[in-house]
Amino acid sequence: MLLQLLPKETKINFLGMRKIAAVLSIALMIGSLALFAVNSLNYGIDFQGGIEVEFGYEDRTVDIATIRAVIAPLNMGDVSVKGIDDGSSALIRIERQPGGDEAQSDATRRVREAFTAAMPDIEYRQGNIIGPVVSGELKRDGVLAVTIAVLLVLIYIWFRFEWQFGLGAVIALVHDIVLTIGFFAVTRLDFNLSIIAALLTIVGYSLNDTVVVYDRVRENIRKYRKIPMEDVLNLSLNQTLSRTLMTSVTTLLALFALFFLGGEVIQGFTAAMIWGVVIGTYSSVFVASPLLMFFKIRRESMILDDGKDPTVDKTRPGQFGQF
Amino acid sequence: MLNFPRWKVIMIVLVCLFGIITALPNFLPEKTRENLPGFLPNQTLSLGLDLRGGVNLLFAAATEDVVNARLNNIADQIRDISRDEGRRRDIPREQRATFTNIRVEGETVTATLRNPELTERGRELLLPLSQSTVGGVNPVLGGGVQEVTLDRDEAIFTLALTEQGIEIQKRDAISRAMEVIRKRVDPDGTKEITLQPQGGDRIILEVPGASDPDAIIDIVGKTAKLSFHDVVTGLSASDIANGRLRPRQKALPMRDGGQIVINERVIVSGDDLTDAKPSYDQGGQPVVSFAFNLSGAKRFGSHTANNVGRPFAIVLDDVVISAPNINGPILGGAGIIQGVGDLAEVNELATLLKAGALPVDLTVLTRRTIGPGVGADNIESGSMAAMIGFVAVILYMILSYGRFGLAANVALITNLVLITGVLSLFQATLTLPGIAGVVLTIGMAVDANVLIFERIREEQRAGAKPFQAMERGYGQAFSTIMDANITTFIAAATLYFLGSGPVQGFAVTLGIGILTSMFTAVVLTRYILSSWLKRARPATLPI
Repeated sequence: MLLQLLPKETKINFLGMRKIAAVLSIALMIGSLALFAVNSLNYGIDFQGGIEVEFGYEDRTVDIATIRAVIAPLNMGDVSVKGIDDGSSALIRIERQPGGDEAQSDATRRVREAFTAAMPDIEYRQGNIIGPVVSGELKRDGVLAVTIAVLLVLIYIWFRFEWQFGLGAVIALVHDIVLTIGFFAVTRLDFNLSIIAALLTIVGYSLNDTVVVYDRVRENIRKYRKIPMEDVLNLSLNQTLSRTLMTSVTTLLALFALFFLGGEVIQGFTAAMIWGVVIGTYSSVFVASPLLMFFKIRRESMILDDGKDPTVDKTRPGQFGQF
Repeated sequence: MLNFPRWKVIMIVLVCLFGIITALPNFLPEKTRENLPGFLPNQTLSLGLDLRGGVNLLFAAATEDVVNARLNNIADQIRDISRDEGRRRDIPREQRATFTNIRVEGETVTATLRNPELTERGRELLLPLSQSTVGGVNPVLGGGVQEVTLDRDEAIFTLALTEQGIEIQKRDAISRAMEVIRKRVDPDGTKEITLQPQGGDRIILEVPGASDPDAIIDIVGKTAKLSFHDVVTGLSASDIANGRLRPRQKALPMRDGGQIVINERVIVSGDDLTDAKPSYDQGGQPVVSFAFNLSGAKRFGSHTANNVGRPFAIVLDDVVISAPNINGPILGGAGIIQGVGDLAEVNELATLLKAGALPVDLTVLTRRTIGPGVGADNIESGSMAAMIGFVAVILYMILSYGRFGLAANVALITNLVLITGVLSLFQATLTLPGIAGVVLTIGMAVDANVLIFERIREEQRAGAKPFQAMERGYGQAFSTIMDANITTFIAAATLYFLGSGPVQGFAVTLGIGILTSMFTAVVLTRYILSSWLKRARPATLPI
């Protein structure tokens, strides 16, 4: 073929690196949690509540300093201004104003009026007001969605494989989620509703990777009864390596296109996804598989249910007696 | 496995045709689309607000008000029953079971018999109230749930709302409120607004193309509760000022200043209106003319007949608009409301009255406004990204797998067509995160093919002949593909059911994409490749 990412057959000793990987992963997880505890996240308006308005021009850049000067006299407490869409728009975030809903819409109206007065040709592009009840609920629902998805997946893998696989996959997932939270704590990217979607997609993607490797591990355990477990795992990882990389590369291709061309709104989303694909690929190789050794899967339990599993190729004679 | 029986081929062709037909309207100009024959679908993708601009509002409904209103209504019915009983001439006074001390306590209504001896007669009178059911198709045969229970302790009767009764009342109030909102915001039905309940007591309203949320909130937030009351006369100004009123009497402000005392008992309410429209009175002043339904006309007729010469009050949202004198019985069930204001106010009131009163008070929880420019930008950048990602993946697949990559690409394009078709057919809303979901599907749909192709490569390296390698490649990759897709689908489904707004839009396209990719990546590529294999019969597979 024209393009070949890897030599035809690889013999990389992944399991030999499991100690280094474990130290690295644990250090990164602790680091992520510590950063999250100290710095928290840069919660978007969805989770924080408050007011968000965007003003911009069609064809030129906005001057952030001028924008700040327009807002300052309104005395609205904590106000942040940032340029988006290559500087042609300014996103203004204002803390929740004291008082009820009236106060919020009043504040929005005052901001709009101030801008129409000071910069008549600027375009009011969008505005959001999120009440405190809803922002709290959205945060709770987000955590709930991720937790339930992870639990459902644990149950599914437990049924399809063995409990060691289920636990291994879920630990790998938690690893991915924690590192993604860490990623947001470091980059200070806006943590909004769509990031929850990204987190869940990372969960799905990483799981996809892990399941593919686990499927091969199960198959090889049945096929090669006498090889040490470490070698079975290494063999499985090497056999699936080219697929793992192929899929990561195609997904990353699509994601990078979104990141550079998809506009400001989904940039945080795609950044999270790109990070998640990289981390998810790493974790399925260096976290999920070594965990199977750590949990000591028993071969007998995997071989006994034979005859029903579609992965056991019955067309090949004597496959259980090859070694 | 590589042999496709005829029916399977027909199925594959049918699925592809389905995709093309349902996706087609999106690529036709509007004129052509309207002239499509009726059996062809003509829906296009329904774009979310982030792609077309507009206002999104989330309301909280005070559904507990509905329960209180229902309790008061039960109390009023007991008063009616008691009064009718008291007026009976056919039985002696001491045998008439009348009630006193009728009041709402918590979620119950209590009433005490004046004559504690008459418990049997009392129960007989109140029993019909407890036989009302809600939510059922037929109140006699049942199917609904019992709404009110009746209990007695000595001479005190207690009517309580059942839990399911309350639940159904609330749900009913939400759907009525949505209907009222629709009529108020979009009286002509042309704005393509969407209304959707969320949780037990929330309503989401989306108005595409709108840019002023305040105007919408203003019209939605009006309660527009219209009612006609008897005016209490003969009270001194100091009585009113000091609040020396009897129970069920209430002092209300007049629209033009001053106060007036009314009897809280509703003669007829806005619920009984069948029509309301702006018109002019004889003096040329703008007024709202209205018509009652049959029962409203009857009650209004009998009240006016019995109270000629007395005033009655027209009350809108606790303000008395006017209190004209009854000059004679009004039996036609039609009338006018004067003193509303200028023509704009008259127009608004007519729209509001025709839409009916909101059964519950609404408060705004969130409001989002997206300008049309932003929507257009989002479409442009989203589809641009999707195109580039698509082309990159297609090139990459051809470079990596040659002819096999080509088959995967045909599957990928078919997949995009199917996703577009399914989204259009079911009118699922496409949002910006939804486009991200499609792009992600592009990346992940090829995963199934990568899994298969890598397996084929392996088998070929292990010495398998082309047919064998193909067969085993598809066979062995299948359970892995299933496991992988089911887990991703679990994530998508969780997102759909627990997520809201943008998250759901993402989950929908991801979920649909997973389903359609199972067909295109597994079935379609196998058909393409095995047809080619049977024709070409190569010595080794070019993979």
